[in-house]
Amino acid sequence: MLTKKYDPLKRKKLTILDETGSIVEKTLEPELSKDKLLEMYKVMLLGRIADIKGVQFQRQGRMLTYVINKGQEAAQVGVAAAMEKRDWLVPGFREFSALLYRGATLEQSYLYWYGNELGSKFNDDVKILPVNITIGAQLNHAVGIGMASDILGKDEVVVTYIGDGGTSEGEFHEALNFAAVFNAPVVFIIQNNHYAISFPRSKQTKTLTLAQKAIAYGIPGIQVDGNDPLAVYAATKEAIERARKGDGPTLIEAETYRLGAHTTSDDPTIYREDKEVEAWSKKDPLIRFKTYLTSKGYWSDKEDEKLNEELADYVTESFKKVEKTGLIPLEDIFKYHFAEMPPHLVEQYEEYKAYLQEVKE
Amino acid sequence: MATLNNIQAINQTLAEQMEKDPKVVVYGEDVGHEGGVFRATVGLQKKFGSKRCFDTPVSEAGLVGAGVGMAVNGLKPVAEIQFSGFMLPAFNQIVAHVSRMRNRSRGKYNVPMVIRMPYGGGIRALEHHSESQEALFGHIPGLKVVIPSTPYDTKGLLTSAIQDPDPVIFMEPKRIYRAFKQEVPDEEFTIPIGKAKVVKSGTDITVVAWGAMVREVQKAIKTLEEEGISVELIDLRTISPIDQTTIIESVQKTGRFLVVHEAVRSFGPGAELIALVNQHAFLSLEAPPSRLTGFDIIVPLDKGEHHYLINPQRIIYEIKKIIKF
Repeated sequence: MLTKKYDPLKRKKLTILDETGSIVEKTLEPELSKDKLLEMYKVMLLGRIADIKGVQFQRQGRMLTYVINKGQEAAQVGVAAAMEKRDWLVPGFREFSALLYRGATLEQSYLYWYGNELGSKFNDDVKILPVNITIGAQLNHAVGIGMASDILGKDEVVVTYIGDGGTSEGEFHEALNFAAVFNAPVVFIIQNNHYAISFPRSKQTKTLTLAQKAIAYGIPGIQVDGNDPLAVYAATKEAIERARKGDGPTLIEAETYRLGAHTTSDDPTIYREDKEVEAWSKKDPLIRFKTYLTSKGYWSDKEDEKLNEELADYVTESFKKVEKTGLIPLEDIFKYHFAEMPPHLVEQYEEYKAYLQEVKE
Repeated sequence: MATLNNIQAINQTLAEQMEKDPKVVVYGEDVGHEGGVFRATVGLQKKFGSKRCFDTPVSEAGLVGAGVGMAVNGLKPVAEIQFSGFMLPAFNQIVAHVSRMRNRSRGKYNVPMVIRMPYGGGIRALEHHSESQEALFGHIPGLKVVIPSTPYDTKGLLTSAIQDPDPVIFMEPKRIYRAFKQEVPDEEFTIPIGKAKVVKSGTDITVVAWGAMVREVQKAIKTLEEEGISVELIDLRTISPIDQTTIIESVQKTGRFLVVHEAVRSFGPGAELIALVNQHAFLSLEAPPSRLTGFDIIVPLDKGEHHYLINPQRIIYEIKKIIKF
């Protein structure tokens, strides 16, 4: 069991594919088909390109405040790739590529950051909860979904996300305890990207790792190299299997790094050095994954160049569609609060419509 | 006298009070090293050290709850909640403890704490970054709730809040943090909590507003005056306790009343003010006292937010309706 071998209390961290793109734990290398590996890579690359362009669109005043994911693609796709279609994903707000892999479309995600709630309405067969902005609350939702699966006898596992900063919220601790006590089929992923806006991971908590917090709740915890898609995949796969067997929750800390700002409103130069960012850029998950795929004979620079171009066009086109169709019909801001609009709301809606009509005339 | 915007006025006031009273500590998420996500606390850690101005882990319940303890043990905590929408994990501490310690201990302990938080919409932000929750706090016995609308008021009211022996929720209209500048005296001064300000006197209608809505009403007044409608504008400044006298006297003079607030309508501050007017100025009224507020909906994301936010055009429309009644 990986969680036994990589004991977070002993500061053991799982890496399978190192930053040079070499396999360092041959026996742990997941047996993944060429198609699956390429699918993972393509979604990671799509996530990266869409993220970079998302920032540009925001800078042009075409999007609202935008949360930046650059550098965290392995911690997102590695997890999503280990899930089955029947499993649930309960995100925080920095899981762009995980959402894409799990079936949210790029247009939907962009629509959300464009400023339209309809971007949180995923297709019927996609089991993803909407992006959650309040730190930590989503973890308890995940636990409840897992409890319901258990009570209703459904074969589902729930994967949920939080950041390093979020581990200081009370809800983080309540969720871990609940999941443990109710033996809920939940996998908690901490994307430790080293900063909660300006506040460094080293000051957030006194513990050496975030994974070791699992121990206090009586559940397994493991720290993995979050920029290694294979390690993230392997640890998540094992945790999901454990949950599916009825052996309860797991806490996974994926140690990664936010290469960009917290959001487009943030200026990271205030709180971190360029050379730190440069050092982490060398550990870029996309670079090492591409090297790995190339060494296996699955991928080439030429194919990569072509894919980059295709995805860039696809991303631009997707956003243009969002801009064309992304306005909110007036009715939408009223009608989704209840199954049926109560009279006072109908009154406010009608009054406002009458006002709009009158000022137009 | 310096010309400051609202953020600079906060910063100057905090520095001044920290200088004057070593018991004042300023803290919150990203407040120390970075100086706050809106830069309200820039330079304070450098000037006063990290025991007087510090970052906390991401834990609103923790930082407000610890503030109760700090206050009980002799400090004057000025805590920042990054956005009022993130206040909710701390709501238990605010409602169950911050507001109650004095009464619970029959005056043995008090909580001279200030909880600052940016609130309100209009900045194209994400969910939970745009709400106006002053009614939630106004409903809690034992809390004072203050909202400034200008840099001058920000300084005077924040100084009073810090010096107040009881807890003050200090809500800052973030969309006007940098909207305009004003001359603010360099030396300390206070504006009393619980006292509204007649921003402009008039004879046809009394309009009460606060925070970012004051400027919207002022814009509406320009047009209305050209059409011969004389508006008396009152900036409430303090949501709780309400300055009853200023409002009642004004309505007795004008005979008409409108409250404009960004918060949702039902159970909002507007209802409280209209009740006050009905009770004390009923016989002076020439039209039903009215409110122009946010709808009873969740503040929409950007592409729907303009419907929610109140603009001068709607204020003009509403005032004319009341005048025509």
